[in-house]
Amino acid sequence: MQTFDLEAQGLRALNATLHAQADNTNQTKWEIINPKGSHAIAVGLDAPIEVNVKGSTGYYCAGMNKQATVHVHGSAGPGTAENMMSGTVIVEGDASQYAGATGHGGTLIIKGNASSRCGISMKGIDIIVHGNIGHMSAFMAQSGNIVVCGDAGDALGDSCYEARFFVRGSVKSLGADCIEKEMRPEHIELLEELLERGGCDAKASEFKRYGSARTLYNFDVDNAAAY
Amino acid sequence: MCGIVGLFLKDKSLEPELGNMLTDMLVTMTDRGPDSAGIAIYGGETKSNAKLTIQSDTPDTDFDKLDTELGKLIKGKVKMSVKDTHAVLNIQADQVAEARAALAEIRPAIRIMSHGETLEIYKEVGLPKDVAERFDVRKMSGTHGIGHTRMATESAVTTMGAHPFNTGSDQCLVHNGSLSNHNSLRRKLRRLGVHIETENDTEVGAAYLTWKMQTGSTLGEALESSLDDLDGFFTFLVGTKDGFGVVRDPIACKPAVMAETDQYVAFGSEYRALVNLPGIEDARVWEPEPATVYFWSHNAAPTAQEKAA
Repeated sequence: MQTFDLEAQGLRALNATLHAQADNTNQTKWEIINPKGSHAIAVGLDAPIEVNVKGSTGYYCAGMNKQATVHVHGSAGPGTAENMMSGTVIVEGDASQYAGATGHGGTLIIKGNASSRCGISMKGIDIIVHGNIGHMSAFMAQSGNIVVCGDAGDALGDSCYEARFFVRGSVKSLGADCIEKEMRPEHIELLEELLERGGCDAKASEFKRYGSARTLYNFDVDNAAAY
Repeated sequence: MCGIVGLFLKDKSLEPELGNMLTDMLVTMTDRGPDSAGIAIYGGETKSNAKLTIQSDTPDTDFDKLDTELGKLIKGKVKMSVKDTHAVLNIQADQVAEARAALAEIRPAIRIMSHGETLEIYKEVGLPKDVAERFDVRKMSGTHGIGHTRMATESAVTTMGAHPFNTGSDQCLVHNGSLSNHNSLRRKLRRLGVHIETENDTEVGAAYLTWKMQTGSTLGEALESSLDDLDGFFTFLVGTKDGFGVVRDPIACKPAVMAETDQYVAFGSEYRALVNLPGIEDARVWEPEPATVYFWSHNAAPTAQEKAA
């Protein structure tokens, strides 16, 4: 295992070293010590490596991730796993606002709570949260799944497209055009797989599904006066 | 973008370290706000005395023999300690208004940074580390304090545009965000006779809170009503004689992190600002909820004003 002291060696050196890992690298396990809430830790990775961050991170940790597994052993700042393409990001603590924003793929697992705007404009990522998520989560979410074992804040899924939201607890309010939907067998099956992937101790049958009512998709002449 | 830090000590043994800890936190927030910095520190109380913190761009002439001259005019004791462009005047508690009037007369260029029993505010243009050094903040002790690093978006980079803003006796405010209705609110407050010096949006926020409290609101009520009356983005940290309070607008896009241990409650715009505090690894760390007023007080039996907060 390679150990990297962020405080001593600096952020640019860290990310350059991680970027230099090829697909077939032998150095598959990395440990980052002294993250101390620094910004942009392990961003833009594109190799099947495992990066363990020993502490809490600041803005944009593991942004644009491809292939890699980034494991934060602490809490994560705003924009964690932003625009992730593939791979896995695990946060042991809480994640700040807009975790997983615009994510195209991969899995983001948050073991604590996620703050506001979790999964905003997500485009295929799976986000699994053991705790609660904050207000305006999944705003304009396009595809992918959010699983929330706790509660969701105000305006869940406002103006969403085809993303699915599974919430076990309460939803403070639903955003425009987001509705509760029927849990069909295929959704139970999908959710069971997601819960397993996220290491959640919860039953799929305890969740409700939410998604788009699809009334904002097209221009409706009856709404012309509103413009 | 701006940076905010705050530290409320529960453990008295840390009090001599307050300035040192706050300075570290402030300097960490330099890249959120490199153009000016300020600090409000709640230090020791001097019995039946009040503190006026004043500022001058020409301290050599303005502060020269000021204590003697002012003392003669108000016929009272004046103790002055000068720190760079700022000075703290220690006067009798019942002579504050008199002293302010006298200062305007004999030193019109002097600005009042703060007044109160324990509060001192120091703020200037420049990098946070330089500002902290000029005022020797590291050596200051106290029960709690708040600090701000500014990246100006709404108005000029000047001393008076820097935070914290004094909102009333022993009260101050720092702000991260931008208020979008500050022009109309400034006009409204000025019509009501509230003195607002600059075109700065935060000063309007501070004046709004002052006005609310002068017209009967508690600090808690004033903060609650700010959620309705202020438009824009804000995370406010408000200092009072006994503690500090936090409130974020309902959208809450300006960052805020809190940490609490048996020894302290700390606030930072980012977790980075808190990483060197003692015992942070085991602290309870969380983000304050939007549109929710939080308050911590040293006063075991808080006054009605604080309770409401």
